[in-house]
Amino acid sequence: MSETMTGAEMVIRALQDQGVEHIFGYPGGAVLPIYDALFHQEKVRHVLVRHEQGAVHAAEGYARSSGKPGVVLVTSGPGATNAITGLADAMMDSIPLVCITGQVPTHLIGSDAFQECDTVGITRHCTKHNYLVKSIEDLPRVLHEAFYVAQNGRPGPVVVDLPKDIQFKTGSYARPLSNQHKTYRPTVKGDMEHIRAAIELMANAKRPVFYTGGGVVNSGPHAATLLRELVRLTGFPITSTLMGLGAYPASDTQWLGMLGMHGTYEANLAMHECDVMINIGARFDDRITGRLDAFSPFSKRIHVDIDPSSINKTVKVDIPIVGDCAHVLEDMVRLWRQGAHQADKVALKDWWGKIEGWRARNCLGFRNSTETIKPQHAIKRLYELTKDRETYVTTEVGQHQMWAAQYFKFEEPNRWMTSGGHGTMGYGLPAAVGAQLAHPDALVIDIAGEASIQMMLQEMSTALQYNLPIKVFILNNEYMGMVRQWQELLHGGRYSHSYSESLPDFVKLAEAYGGVGIRCDNPGDLDAKILEMINVNRPVIFDCLVDKTENCFPMIPSGKAHNEMLLNDYLGETGADIGSVIDEKGKMLV
Amino acid sequence: MLQMKTHYPDATRVEPINRHTLAIIVDNEPGVLARIAGLFSGRGYNIESLTVTETEHEAHISRITVVTTGTDSIIQQIKSQLERLVPVHRVVDLTLTGEAVERELCLVKVVGKGDHRVEAMRLASAFGARTLDATLTSFVYELTGTTDEVERFIKLMTAVGLVEVSRTGVAAMARGAEGV
Repeated sequence: MSETMTGAEMVIRALQDQGVEHIFGYPGGAVLPIYDALFHQEKVRHVLVRHEQGAVHAAEGYARSSGKPGVVLVTSGPGATNAITGLADAMMDSIPLVCITGQVPTHLIGSDAFQECDTVGITRHCTKHNYLVKSIEDLPRVLHEAFYVAQNGRPGPVVVDLPKDIQFKTGSYARPLSNQHKTYRPTVKGDMEHIRAAIELMANAKRPVFYTGGGVVNSGPHAATLLRELVRLTGFPITSTLMGLGAYPASDTQWLGMLGMHGTYEANLAMHECDVMINIGARFDDRITGRLDAFSPFSKRIHVDIDPSSINKTVKVDIPIVGDCAHVLEDMVRLWRQGAHQADKVALKDWWGKIEGWRARNCLGFRNSTETIKPQHAIKRLYELTKDRETYVTTEVGQHQMWAAQYFKFEEPNRWMTSGGHGTMGYGLPAAVGAQLAHPDALVIDIAGEASIQMMLQEMSTALQYNLPIKVFILNNEYMGMVRQWQELLHGGRYSHSYSESLPDFVKLAEAYGGVGIRCDNPGDLDAKILEMINVNRPVIFDCLVDKTENCFPMIPSGKAHNEMLLNDYLGETGADIGSVIDEKGKMLV
Repeated sequence: MLQMKTHYPDATRVEPINRHTLAIIVDNEPGVLARIAGLFSGRGYNIESLTVTETEHEAHISRITVVTTGTDSIIQQIKSQLERLVPVHRVVDLTLTGEAVERELCLVKVVGKGDHRVEAMRLASAFGARTLDATLTSFVYELTGTTDEVERFIKLMTAVGLVEVSRTGVAAMARGAEGV
């Protein structure tokens, strides 16, 4: 059944037909007709952000916590360019988004009109795909196709750039029978021969390890269930990337903790010494591999990834399996059971013995204090006091992010939202807004630093407007902590511009926004104040004044391998001079 | 031989660099060439030659022929990255499918009098180039051939008054009965 309507109405109708309930946006001249169409309906709820970057991050938080695509609506020119950082973030972390941008009318395109920019040109490299719609006839197809492309294959952001005259034009709209792209068909079923070979390799492994990533989370809760089944069936140890946390329960004994630059000693050494690595939905990112030529030197590698370009990109693998994690895991579990495969119990016992030895080093140990709040301690208490609730955690980027990943234990997928690949400071607060909107009754906490939080602070106003009781938990050490840590490691402790001067009074700031401000500078008060935060049903900024000089360990220094980790000096590993561990070549790296 | 580029200090492998000709079949939609070219520049791959035009008008399908260089693993990455683009239907590595036929066309303008002019005519005829335009002081020649032949022709013409060259870049097709 086709109906006649304007382009702007088509946008809203298509969103309704896609089952979209919330969109994040900011109005402007080139999207006014769409805002007018929004005004006349109630199915699609619009959330007014305070900055377009915030809209995209909020949509990311919404998408990652709910499994649904996030939708963004911004105007042309500055609206579109402000959204770029968010789009690049979603691209790196494979978050399905549809971002509709207004554009100047078609006859003005190319004339340097007011608020004109080449949106499809600018976003080409930071989106999975983008469209400039120049004819009303194309609009219904493009809108639905955008949702298909964003969600299928490796997910990512899709931009639909819509000139204002097309929004006013009248055309006929019918929901397409299928919103598939005419040719884009990513492989989801893995090659059975390769899966069989993988199972064979796993069954004969002496020192195996699962290394899983965000692909498992993106593949949906079913993939996480299958992963748990396979890990338990095999009895193998499992570690995960930052993006994959929660797919496997952190409380389980087979869990080694996160791996990589700030991963655990046991996870990184297991990666270094394993003979079979089973990578499921991770991409051998440089934060994971450390020095490539010394990466996991003894292993045969299985790599399951939906994106063929991830295979052999930086690390050569022996058995590539292109497909969706859930599909491949299903086949793996079935084949393992059918073949009555047994892991090599004796070898596995030895392997676990070795791992327990590494675990005994207690690499996340730190010297607690009764005088100052240690940031690690703050996260541990935050976890302990919230673990029995339905809790969603977002973060900004820096030391606090790594401490959150290390000390907050995630039992379920989709509970952890962080900017992994792009490393975007300012991600956490808007992402918390999105997550809270998707889960109104849950506890949503943005674990933040005092520097990052100021990058998207204006979104507090959004939280207040929509009664979203998010909790911003700031580990305030008055430094851009990770920058300070690297300056200590690499630049002789010359803390160039990394001190957070002229900080606002975060308690008064919270109150100025209409929220609740809490400050804590004493370990003795921490629990009571965290509980106070949790029990307020309003947005809270919690200013947690922590030790200013604490560094984030363990750490694989730049240019080093997994077995060359730095541990907390509390463990007597690094001594006083951590300024000399990175060599000249390592200093070039990021 | 090139040391493989890594993010990390010491190169891990030394692999030979090869020249590959890729046929990329794409939807002819606005911006598709920018996507392909941008992918090469954004990821630091080489383009030695790039030829594109719509080949199936009704289906709006274009064929892009790219000549690129890289180690085997880089060539594989280029193919995977190209296939990841939504409007790309498929990528065929003509260098791997066996000896492909490769041709390019060049237009060459030579200006001169006397001996140079006579020599230019002789060379053009020796190469089988067509004369497209002639004045009392100039010729425009057209030559179709392999990249090497075109290079040789241009080099020789330089000595006899070459003033301008226009080249199409490589068009290529696999030998045999099978289509891509």
